[in-house]
Amino acid sequence: MVKWNHILAIAQNEFLIGVRNRWVVFASVILLVFALVLAGVGGAPGGAEYVNRLTVTIASLATLSVYIVPLIALLLSFDAIAGEVERGTLPLILASPLARSSVIFGKLLGHLAVLAIAIIIGFGLTGLIVAVLAGESGGFESLLRLLLTSIVLGAVFLGLGYSASALVGQSSTAAALAIGIWLVSVVFYDLVLLGGLVTDAGGFFSTTVFPWLLMANPADAYRLYNMAALDLGANATGLSGMQTSLPWGAVLPLLWLTGWIAGALLLAISVFKRVQP
Amino acid sequence: MTEQNILTVDAVSKYFDGVTALDHVNLSIRPGARVALLGHNGAGKTTLFRLILGFIKPDQGSIKVVGHAPGHIMARRSLAYLPENVAFPETLTGREIMHFFARLKDVDAHEAVLSLARVGLEGAGDRRVRTYSKGMRQRLGLAQALLGAPRLLLLDEPTSGLDPLVRREFYNFFDELSAAGTSILFSSHGLSELADKTDRLLILRAGGLVADGSLQELRAQAALPIRIRVKAVENRSDELAARLGGQRINGRQIDVMCAMGEQLEKVRQVSALRGLVCDMEIRPPSLTDIYQYFSMQPGAS
Repeated sequence: MVKWNHILAIAQNEFLIGVRNRWVVFASVILLVFALVLAGVGGAPGGAEYVNRLTVTIASLATLSVYIVPLIALLLSFDAIAGEVERGTLPLILASPLARSSVIFGKLLGHLAVLAIAIIIGFGLTGLIVAVLAGESGGFESLLRLLLTSIVLGAVFLGLGYSASALVGQSSTAAALAIGIWLVSVVFYDLVLLGGLVTDAGGFFSTTVFPWLLMANPADAYRLYNMAALDLGANATGLSGMQTSLPWGAVLPLLWLTGWIAGALLLAISVFKRVQP
Repeated sequence: MTEQNILTVDAVSKYFDGVTALDHVNLSIRPGARVALLGHNGAGKTTLFRLILGFIKPDQGSIKVVGHAPGHIMARRSLAYLPENVAFPETLTGREIMHFFARLKDVDAHEAVLSLARVGLEGAGDRRVRTYSKGMRQRLGLAQALLGAPRLLLLDEPTSGLDPLVRREFYNFFDELSAAGTSILFSSHGLSELADKTDRLLILRAGGLVADGSLQELRAQAALPIRIRVKAVENRSDELAARLGGQRINGRQIDVMCAMGEQLEKVRQVSALRGLVCDMEIRPPSLTDIYQYFSMQPGAS
């Protein structure tokens, strides 16, 4: 029942709407502006003498990306199901002979295209500008890694956004839920873990539980992967050498992050299948 | 028998949180039938549509769409749905929306263009939906529903909010479609205009189907009186009212009610009083009267 043509039709439709209502331009400009500002600021203080200038910028971008990519993904996705219910187009789509999972896959593909364009323009262009200005010739594989993993991070939060959208019937409630997901995953989660670290002061929690809890969050897994892959240590990032004390390298966070896509999508599909338009 | 029906609803009941939305509803629709579904808001019309589409499951009874369970791929291929107040993406053009739905329904892109032309939107196909009038949006909705030549059209209040001219167009479409064998089940509030536009009327009241038949059948079933309105010559109204056994409704007009079949006798009485009467009009019970009868009276079924 899941047909590629159905998925593609929904994906193209979402992308077209994204282009028409200026979402593509809006997201690209936001990412580009933030990335350029960060690149300008990040290059100023020390550390630049140890490492490649582009690498430092990429580390800064990865830190920015943790906040802003999930936010854009959730903004793109919170309305995807609830909005169609409100506008009466979902019953129309579901009355057609297509599988419900095709709707989720199609929307993911369309929104991911919007997000990917924004990320490639925003981060890619910034990376290129920095490299050209600093006269760098290496480090581009790190840039590519940043772009790809940012897209993966976006996909995870698109899936979470669809889940929120399908769970509640109304667009406004879905928006509130999406903001909640964002706050918890990129702000509160880390705060709580930090609190645990401070209280525990090097005990069982800090050494054994904390690393796993940290990686469990897709946003943190993304950051862990990019920092570990850059292999900068504390100097360039100011992150107090967090990743050096973790029990694994770059591969596990990457696998985990990718696995989150499947998890988020399965969640979205299973919630969407229970929607009664 | 059942195989011939496009739609069979067999003793279907549906409850939401203990409230009865549909109560033991039986109905069947044959190819080419134009069936109007009437009822107050909350009488169960939309619930019935959602059941037929397979969005929700009945608590009792069963539904078959061209012999398949609702929601089955063959059932979905055979029917098309137009919900009330559908809002297509404003920034897309009519043609883009049609192409989108054509792909979802596994229909050739060429048919999307034909379908647009069929509802008279070929000239507006490249304009964005934002610029469409209410009537054009509704026609776009209908064009979408026509894709893939469905055998059953489910239309939820298709003419609500449209001006009389566009409504007439819609009913003309229905005639064409039913002549080609497509069955149409549509809900409506526009009672008076339905009279010659439907083959059958269904009336839902509080989840129960209280009437099912042609206008003539329902009229006979309801046995509502025929109203003969007589206008008296000046200053003779009371006398005329007394002699006809009618009731004065204003200065000169008198309503005489009589059962179906007795109207000829009454007319004879009126013409015998020629000197007192200056005008006469016979009014059979209107669709509104019949609808009111079925949707108000308890136990009218």
